[in-house]
Amino acid sequence: MQQLLKGLLERVEPLFEKGGKLEKMYPAYDAFATLAFVLPNRTHAGAHIRDDFDSKRMMVTVIFALIPCTLVGVFNIGFQRLLAMGVEPAFGPAVVQGLIRFLPILIVTYAVGLGWEFLFAVIRRHEVSEGFLVSGFLVALIVPPSIPLWQLAVATTFGVIIGKEIFGGTGMNIFNPALVVRAFLFFAYPAQISGDRVWVALDGYASASPLAIVAEGAEAPIVDVLAAQGVTWFNSFIGLIPGSIGETSTLAILLGIGLLLITGVGSWRIMLSMLAGGVVMAGILNLAAPHPGHFLALPIHYHLTLGGFAFGLAYMATDPVSAAATDTGKLIYGFLCGVLSILVRILNPAFPEGVMLAILFMNMFAPLIDHFVVRSNVKKRLARATVPATADARVTE
Amino acid sequence: MELVNLALKAIFVENILLAFFLGMCSFLAVSKQVKTAIGLGFAVIFVLGITVPINWLVHEFLLKSGSLAWVSPAMAEVDLSFLNFIAFIAVIAAMVQLVEMVIEKTSTGLYHALGIYLPLITVNCSILGGSLFMVERSYSFSESLVFGLSSGVGWALAIIALASIREKIRYSNVPPALRGLGITMLLTGLMSIGFMSFSGISL
Repeated sequence: MQQLLKGLLERVEPLFEKGGKLEKMYPAYDAFATLAFVLPNRTHAGAHIRDDFDSKRMMVTVIFALIPCTLVGVFNIGFQRLLAMGVEPAFGPAVVQGLIRFLPILIVTYAVGLGWEFLFAVIRRHEVSEGFLVSGFLVALIVPPSIPLWQLAVATTFGVIIGKEIFGGTGMNIFNPALVVRAFLFFAYPAQISGDRVWVALDGYASASPLAIVAEGAEAPIVDVLAAQGVTWFNSFIGLIPGSIGETSTLAILLGIGLLLITGVGSWRIMLSMLAGGVVMAGILNLAAPHPGHFLALPIHYHLTLGGFAFGLAYMATDPVSAAATDTGKLIYGFLCGVLSILVRILNPAFPEGVMLAILFMNMFAPLIDHFVVRSNVKKRLARATVPATADARVTE
Repeated sequence: MELVNLALKAIFVENILLAFFLGMCSFLAVSKQVKTAIGLGFAVIFVLGITVPINWLVHEFLLKSGSLAWVSPAMAEVDLSFLNFIAFIAVIAAMVQLVEMVIEKTSTGLYHALGIYLPLITVNCSILGGSLFMVERSYSFSESLVFGLSSGVGWALAIIALASIREKIRYSNVPPALRGLGITMLLTGLMSIGFMSFSGISL
């Protein structure tokens, strides 16, 4: 099989080289060839501008890190659907039901996104980067399972073109394309991504996502209200609650985080400081809660497992392109991500699942944080440097 | 608490630039460098913070219908609010002159970097817009002070963020047709989407 593929690629290669018939399509050929085999020529532009790590390996590592939460997510959407239909959810049928929902979403995202990616690569003569393999996967995991596929296609188009390609493709964008897709869906089709009818993939079945339940507030302590809806802390930790496909299982995300940290692909600075920011902000809001039924009183450990907080922390905030690049900058960036995530989630009744929006907001300020960190570094080093007397005149010039 | 709420609203939720798109011309033109953006940002904070309360006084005690009653009871009927625009612009122009003189005296480099856009703050829509919002929403004096200052802070935040992004995308491979204003317009749109995540927040 491998030999066959290799032979085929070698046979068609001259067609795409300079002077060949299909010269214009070279980026498309290149994309397939590099996807199938590790070629001797390495990436020389794009995402690895800050790192000598091959961007293909980096992207593939992230995909591996996403596998646990995908598996749990696929099972969970089937599980929730069967539960909503009143059927005793067994393992096999749940997975089948989940795949029926998840695969079309993934296929549409990849087909539309990669279509645009190839088109831009061919016209603008840059390489097709593996970046969209990750972005597209992320998109499929952060949308509600009941999302209409045409909306997903429109949003993916917007995310890929406006979020990424107009800046020159992978590694040069300011905003995380997957977050742009999600924000586009949020503001263009609010009915399909918020409210209480979207989180279980069954038409006409209303089930609020846990955070929406929380936002309503109640008389009884908030934890009991959630438990009455079948949302205990343990459930939300292993992921058997209604929600976006990949976001529900904190346990699976922890496995992913482990892989990202071991390989060094995800920044521990961002993860740690975002965790700290979330904990601090949730603690402050707890203190401000007037009574235990108030939505401000949601305990800290619930904040970390409900909604997209863990997912955003692991895969969204750590995106090396759109996050701050300096070490100190990463700490500041992560902390503010955590604080804003909890703030938007709690104080904004319109968007109970505000983590993604908060990270998108911080994407905008990442270059500014870097700017000030670099400035202060320059200042510190200038102060530390002892300038020789002869060079003094030149410096003050 | 009311005032804090008003301030947060003016900075994030109803950012005068990214929600109302007021003051776009200097926003697009002076956002190439973080340093000049910071300078212009502070100038706008100052001018907005001063002019909105002063215009409040002008409006409250001179121009509003019946506001001249304090001169003599006979003038209680007078309504000069048709002079609002001219009076506001005059106050703004005077303040901008003041800022200009201060900047020229203290930082010549910044003065030259800002160039024509410094006197043009006079006709910056966000400044006049701030005063007109103040009238339309009938703020009190303390509210108009907070509103003016925090609108300015919101404007400055937006332009400084945009400037740092534009410094960064100098290394990006933007299609030639979009370089310059085109990509900046698109960036502004994306930034507005970012700021929309706060829409609906109130303390």
